[in-house]
Amino acid sequence: MNRLARFGFYLLCGLIAAFLVLPLLVIVPLSFNPEPYFSFTPAMLQLDPAGWSLRWYREITESAQWRLALRNSLSIAAVVTPLATLLGTMAALGLRRLPTRARKMSAVIIASPLVVPVILFATGIYFFLAPLGLTQSFTGIILAHTALVAPYVVVTVGSTLTTFDERLLRAASILGSPPLSAFFKVTLPLIAPGIASGALFAFVTSFDEAVIALFLAGYDQRTIPLQMWSGVRDQLSPAVLAAATLMVLLVTIIMLAAMLIARSARSAGARR
Amino acid sequence: MNAASPSRAGWALVLPLVAFIVIAFLAPIATMFLRSVHDPEIADLMPRTRQALAQWDGAGVRQVAFDAVSADLQEANATNQIGRLAQRLNREQNGLRRLIDVTARQLQQNPDTQLARIDPGWSDPDLWRILARVTSPWTGRHLLNALDVTVTADGALVRQEEARRLYVDLFLRTAWVAALVTLICALLGYPYAYAMAASGPSLRTLLLFLVLLPFWTSLLVRATAWIVLLQRRGVINEGLLAMGLISETGRLDLIYNMTGTIIVMVHVLLPFFVLPLYSVMAGLPTSYVRASASLGAHPLRTFARVYLPLTYPGVAAGGLLVFILSLGYYVTPALVGGRTGQLISNQIAFHMQRSLNWGLAAALGTLLLLAVLLLALTLPRLAERGGLRA
Repeated sequence: MNRLARFGFYLLCGLIAAFLVLPLLVIVPLSFNPEPYFSFTPAMLQLDPAGWSLRWYREITESAQWRLALRNSLSIAAVVTPLATLLGTMAALGLRRLPTRARKMSAVIIASPLVVPVILFATGIYFFLAPLGLTQSFTGIILAHTALVAPYVVVTVGSTLTTFDERLLRAASILGSPPLSAFFKVTLPLIAPGIASGALFAFVTSFDEAVIALFLAGYDQRTIPLQMWSGVRDQLSPAVLAAATLMVLLVTIIMLAAMLIARSARSAGARR
Repeated sequence: MNAASPSRAGWALVLPLVAFIVIAFLAPIATMFLRSVHDPEIADLMPRTRQALAQWDGAGVRQVAFDAVSADLQEANATNQIGRLAQRLNREQNGLRRLIDVTARQLQQNPDTQLARIDPGWSDPDLWRILARVTSPWTGRHLLNALDVTVTADGALVRQEEARRLYVDLFLRTAWVAALVTLICALLGYPYAYAMAASGPSLRTLLLFLVLLPFWTSLLVRATAWIVLLQRRGVINEGLLAMGLISETGRLDLIYNMTGTIIVMVHVLLPFFVLPLYSVMAGLPTSYVRASASLGAHPLRTFARVYLPLTYPGVAAGGLLVFILSLGYYVTPALVGGRTGQLISNQIAFHMQRSLNWGLAAALGTLLLLAVLLLALTLPRLAERGGLRA
């Protein structure tokens, strides 16, 4: 009975895991569809090599629209990530030096973008930027994305700071190190993993953000999510499956790399 | 280091982000609040009428008011704004579009015609009460509209006629969907988080990877994947058909309706439930469970009386997160919800982008935000009082 219950439990968890991941894997074979449909052709099911094609990969790599979208998404994320990482890391370092009340107040303000539904921020920022002529501009999208992702950086850097030992800084100061050099030689290396994961999260979130972009982007500011949005909503072309497959592949590689780095850091720590 | 300097350095580090968020985030949110009660569009298009009616006592319409409307309509004619004005007024009171169009056309031919002679509608005192109300830039009508309440000509509040009641139902439906999604996430997420906490390092890494992969994958990619699976000619329907479980006419409608919205929302939000719960479970000492077992309790009893209560904080944190995120969900219902699977956020976007009824969009947004803030502030406290924060 006990073993049966155990088996049942792990079967259930296997099904939940399948629910989480299988949908992402189904799009991979379908992206090699030679026909403009979202389903398997008979030739594909018979694993006939002639029934598979790179047509949609060719389409997205050759299409001017997709290239523009990729360039826009990367440019936006390339400005948002350092800006949000800098502002967020500074705030995380500063928060712990504030008196309790001021710290709580600042934390509430900083956390507010995490609570408010994005659609409301998109609505508000559209009203806010319209009189300034900043809708349909990169500036507007970058401002909004930075406000949206900087709080995540504060959270990730803040959580590495909770394990940071302040006595190290006092030791550095006793040994004659000025505060700034103590920061670069002591604090920064220790909180670097938090900064890195905050920056990574900022990049991915900005790259993946669709709602703000829907409200603020004009035709020239179309991003990858918007391109996929119209691919799903209006055209329903397997080109979005090719793009989606590439994105799943990218995320998988990033995650595997992050896990390997974390593991090697752990084993290095254990050796020491 | 003296006592003052750490806090001054602290301010120097924190203020840039705080100032940035106040300007780039809180100010836009405040603008949305303002928009829900401040709508100067009609007032700007009818400045003379607004002035003439601002101090009006509601008893008898004086000639100044007729002249003001006449002058405003002629100016709107001249600046090509008459269509917009007619549309805006019609939104406040059905039938005004026709009245404005007819009157404006007559005035164009003969600017000195008396309004009452163009259309008897102008002699109706109720019309003037409506005009007095809608030419005021400060208004509660958008918020009332968002609650399916309308104002009669004499200023009384009544519920919208049956066919035009949309939003209260939609708010309730959104709350219901959010609750259902949270419940399903709890039922699926609890055993999964437990399996992560209870298994050895390599299985745990695998399970963590499987929950983080969809978490990090683009929302658009996930919506696409589910469309591929669930649509009428999708993988699931074709599979069931091939196995002979359904017939060609019996294909299941799994997407572009509320079913699709709920399935995909559960998929998107499940990691938000699993991860906080797992971090609570991973931090629990195993000694309580072992103590309970060694004192002879049945495993189920141990689970219900010892383990489950210890994990309540994680359940509460994950549940609250999922519930609040679902209340404001937009992307998923927009892509897979079809006509019947839309939530309140989609209505806000509709009024922002399609109907261009920005006041109503702002009012719906204000109500949604108040609901979210209320929940975010009260639920954790209720949970605390109920002993959920062990």
